[in-house]
Amino acid sequence: MSDRHPDHYVAPVDETQPGAVDQVKLSARKSNMWLDAWRDLRKRPLFYVALVLALLVTVVALFPSWFTPLDPNAPGACLLADSNGAPVDGHPLGFTRQGCDVYSRIIYGASTSLTVGLLVVAITGAIGIPMGAIAGFYGGWVDSFLSRVGDIFFSIPYFLAAVVVMSVMSEYRNPLVISFAIGGFAWASLARIVRAEVLRNKNLEYVMASEAIGRSRGSTLLKHVLPNSMGPVIVTLTLSLGAAITAEATLSLLGIGLNGYMSWGNEIAQAQQTLRTNPSALFWPSLALTLTVLAFTFLGELIRDALDPKARARR
Amino acid sequence: MTETIPVTDSHGTVPVADPNQPLVSVRDLEVTFRTQNGPVNAVRGVSFDIFPGETVAIVGESGSGKSTTATALMKLLPGNGGISGGEVLVEGTNIVDHDEKKMAAIRGGVIGYVPQDPMSNLNPVWSVGFQVREAIRANGVASGKKEIEARAIEVLQQAGLQDAERRLSQFPHQFSGGMRQRVLIGIGLGADPKLLIADEPTSALDVTVQKVILDHIESLTKDNGTAVLLITHDLGLAAERASKVIVMNQGRIVEAGPSKDLLTNPQHPYTQRLIAAAPSLASRRLESTSAREEGADAATFDMAQMAERRAESVDADAAPVVSVKNLTKDFSIRKKGFRSEPFRAVDTISFDIPKGTTLALVGESGSGKSTAAKMILGLEEPTSGEITVNGTAMTGVSRKDLFKLRSRMQPVFQDPYSSLDPQRSIASSIAEPMRVHGISDKSVRRERVLELLDQVSLPAELFNRYPNELSGGQRQRVAIARALALKPDVVVLDEAVSALDVLVQAQILQLLADLQAELGLTYLFITHDLAVVRVIADNVAVMERGKIVESGSTDEIFESAKQPYTQRLLDAIPGAGLDWGV
Amino acid sequence: MTLYVLKRLLQAIPVFFGTTFLIYFMVFSMPGDPVLALFGDRTPNPAVLEAVREQYNLDQPFIVQYFLYIKDFFTGDLGVTFSGQSVNEIFARAFPTTLMLVTIAVVAEFILSVGFGLLSGLRKGKFADHASLLLALVLNSIPPFVALFVAQYFIGIKLGWAPVTVGANVTWGALMLPGITIALTIYVVGMRLMRGSVIEAREGDYVRTAYAKGLTSKRVIPVHVARNSLIPVITNTAASFGALIAGTTVTEGIFNIPGIGKVLYDAIGLSEVSTIVSFVTILTVMYIIVNILVDLLYAVLDPRIRYV
Repeated sequence: MSDRHPDHYVAPVDETQPGAVDQVKLSARKSNMWLDAWRDLRKRPLFYVALVLALLVTVVALFPSWFTPLDPNAPGACLLADSNGAPVDGHPLGFTRQGCDVYSRIIYGASTSLTVGLLVVAITGAIGIPMGAIAGFYGGWVDSFLSRVGDIFFSIPYFLAAVVVMSVMSEYRNPLVISFAIGGFAWASLARIVRAEVLRNKNLEYVMASEAIGRSRGSTLLKHVLPNSMGPVIVTLTLSLGAAITAEATLSLLGIGLNGYMSWGNEIAQAQQTLRTNPSALFWPSLALTLTVLAFTFLGELIRDALDPKARARR
Repeated sequence: MTETIPVTDSHGTVPVADPNQPLVSVRDLEVTFRTQNGPVNAVRGVSFDIFPGETVAIVGESGSGKSTTATALMKLLPGNGGISGGEVLVEGTNIVDHDEKKMAAIRGGVIGYVPQDPMSNLNPVWSVGFQVREAIRANGVASGKKEIEARAIEVLQQAGLQDAERRLSQFPHQFSGGMRQRVLIGIGLGADPKLLIADEPTSALDVTVQKVILDHIESLTKDNGTAVLLITHDLGLAAERASKVIVMNQGRIVEAGPSKDLLTNPQHPYTQRLIAAAPSLASRRLESTSAREEGADAATFDMAQMAERRAESVDADAAPVVSVKNLTKDFSIRKKGFRSEPFRAVDTISFDIPKGTTLALVGESGSGKSTAAKMILGLEEPTSGEITVNGTAMTGVSRKDLFKLRSRMQPVFQDPYSSLDPQRSIASSIAEPMRVHGISDKSVRRERVLELLDQVSLPAELFNRYPNELSGGQRQRVAIARALALKPDVVVLDEAVSALDVLVQAQILQLLADLQAELGLTYLFITHDLAVVRVIADNVAVMERGKIVESGSTDEIFESAKQPYTQRLLDAIPGAGLDWGV
Repeated sequence: MTLYVLKRLLQAIPVFFGTTFLIYFMVFSMPGDPVLALFGDRTPNPAVLEAVREQYNLDQPFIVQYFLYIKDFFTGDLGVTFSGQSVNEIFARAFPTTLMLVTIAVVAEFILSVGFGLLSGLRKGKFADHASLLLALVLNSIPPFVALFVAQYFIGIKLGWAPVTVGANVTWGALMLPGITIALTIYVVGMRLMRGSVIEAREGDYVRTAYAKGLTSKRVIPVHVARNSLIPVITNTAASFGALIAGTTVTEGIFNIPGIGKVLYDAIGLSEVSTIVSFVTILTVMYIIVNILVDLLYAVLDPRIRYV
């Protein structure tokens, strides 16, 4: 072919058979967003680590007595004689300043942390998802109104808002109130995410097709748009579980958290005073807190990665 | 001190001036991509030459390896790809092992590049002038601030950008697609390269703009004796613009040769298929497969005879299935500041579609054709005007009546990748209209879905599979099946085949023709592609800026268009004036 | 551009009124005597009680109270604290310290984001990418106060490399440990933005076109990759500036840094609700202002907004 006026070249046909046009290739396995994400997750060792940790925390929270024979709530559970005591048999993590067993208090504190975390997630989702979905899907003045309301809640850092609520509600420092104090403001960022996701989905052709078929607007939102917007929502909610547990602990640390409930935050607040002399009383509950947050953060991040084919390809 | 004239210099490079030595010579090129599923050979044993000043086109469908071949010539393959075999000789030197510095000297100066998508190929954060000057400076075409500036203006003016001096300081987002493509052409040609690689340079643009840009590239390169490597999916365009055409499929060259020869006398079955599938002005209205078999005794197709046969099968006196009168849609557009301005997207259009026929609504982007389709589908409220379907008015009726009417009229949209809900199984998508319209018996729905899958020639095994296991063409089949689920009278096809490769497109068009004959369907076919109109439509209405500027039977429009705009659209069809083989 | 600025400022007006109203509402719509709520379970001295009554105009209807409160706020009268001190004075004294602390944290966050983000993005899929992402995520999962305690105990108490608490002696050096510790727990967001946009830019069409012009990576990486990638990172860093100012309570409390956060920390410890409300309002307003500035900064950096 090396001259200016080449011949007509034809590749040997038997080597370059064109094959059937657009033949259906049925792969052995089904594939959709959730199935693909699940297959990806199953291949990642970190996912199992995070999952086992999260399940462990859940079991501890549900059945604390399986993990320790001691009941830290029992009268006389703490003996001042044990104040700041080192680990001994039956008390593997030592004692606090009040002479309480660190290990059993951590075990019994799990349920408070998890309860608050789950309540906050429920509140965040219950407000954030409908707000974002309705604003994004219906647009116009509905969107303007709901988005402005969201902006206002978004513009008060939720931790500061919780500080105000908890300071004012000094007589009602229970898990439900603290969950509303946190979730009542944290929903705004979820609403923004849902709105963006709904906006992205609502102009896709399958949504137009669904409406042209005769499905009502509301039904289209519920049956097509929302299910396809759930990926980032699940990620955000998983991550916010960790953030909520942190927020509860931080409020307790400041002394405006739960009153009369055993919680990691309260333990850490108490142990703060003996940081120099008895640091382990502070570090063990901190470790429990950190591992729990870590488990949910990693679950969220891994799900995020698994749901995003682009991120999958980037690894 | 010898008397012989050196053919090669000490580096072994061939003197450039020799028109009989190839400028670029590709030998047994292999390109491999690393993917999650192991290595993929995207280009396999490709060899060709480009001589100084000639235009060569590589034609292929998506995934054929045509763009990969082009980027391999400049060693601009994406991070996970590399040249795994063969040679690329640029002016006699093999560049496969060139380092970045040596490649930088070749890029821009020896090989210029015009990319496909004008929207994403200019950096949004730098001014256009900055990006042009940068190219000029990098190739040492001019030095000194003033000289570079002057050259930048010159380059852009040559590329057809009026007012270049003023526009240098503007940013890409302030330019239209066509204007950006001119800037990119200016950049590609800015350093007077010996070869210009144009990778689908106009596929993102409107047809009339396409032609202007291609004409411009042609005249600029001719004047300077620049060779062009044109990458395209459009065989007609390739044959029209290039002297040599290379056809690629699955990473290999299947056929190559002088373009006329290739077009009139294709040898390889794949090329023959491509040519048969490419709609062109010379094409005919598709008949259903059964009708074609009937007429197959006649050795040749006679267009007049075919048109007659179609005319017979269509009862012209019957009441139109769809009738549109004075349909108008106004939007208010936000202008600078807080003012808004009314904008008439669709301007008092009227047409009828007789039962069993296809009306093509043709226009470029912004002509209002898609807005018209949306109003007819009830997705957009008309500002004024009437739409009647089977004699029942669609405008001003109750929600309940509109709901019933909707089952008579179903859509197929453009983008196969977003037209199906990714979380629904194929069966669930196809059955959705039945569920919405109250066909509650599960087994009835199941039977109908299987019947529909068969009608659109998809295997029943797809029943509980998901859309992302399917190709674009197969998804469009599913979308068609969904549209047919309620046995509608009218199907509105909004650019339904525009996103498909030519062979798949031909298949889907044939399917549509078969279904029309079998089920007596009426089509409203919205498209920008006049070549496709030729093979599918009985009547054509041409839209420009919201108005129907011309309408008539397909033959009338194609043979004796009266409006200059229609004529321009027709002229812009690539390969319009060529003789096609097969 | 002017239009964009104007629009953004207009948008801030309802947000400003909405947030202040919401905070006010949370305190004053609670059942019972709001004055009692303001002072929790403690009894203030009568002079302060009088000042607070006046500050919040408690004899007026609720909505009037709010607007009078806002009027004072706008005219620069931020009221008095529980112990009768002027909030203005305390703010003026404490704010510079908080600003120093947050500046350290933000600068450290920026450096960490850009550095690790660039490393991660340029070595996509390699060991360095995985390791640095994992590290950032683990650090991010540690509750800030835990990280602060750990830093305080090991670096302050055990190793003695930095002051354990800051106290009255506010120096840049003394603020390094808490500032950098905070940065370590938050830089993952900026890092990921940087990584993502580096990858996107590297694979982006305009980068390939830049190479096709004949440019070398010496020019393409800074001019076409880094420049584009920096926009989201800079705006994220600026946004975290606002979040950090609002969130210094725990940091300043643990390290005893006499900034605004410490004032709030002490007020919380002493249940001085009126002081809490004043400073939460101030911090929220600052957070809003910083967010406006971030949006404007974004517009300056991105010509797509600058020239509409």
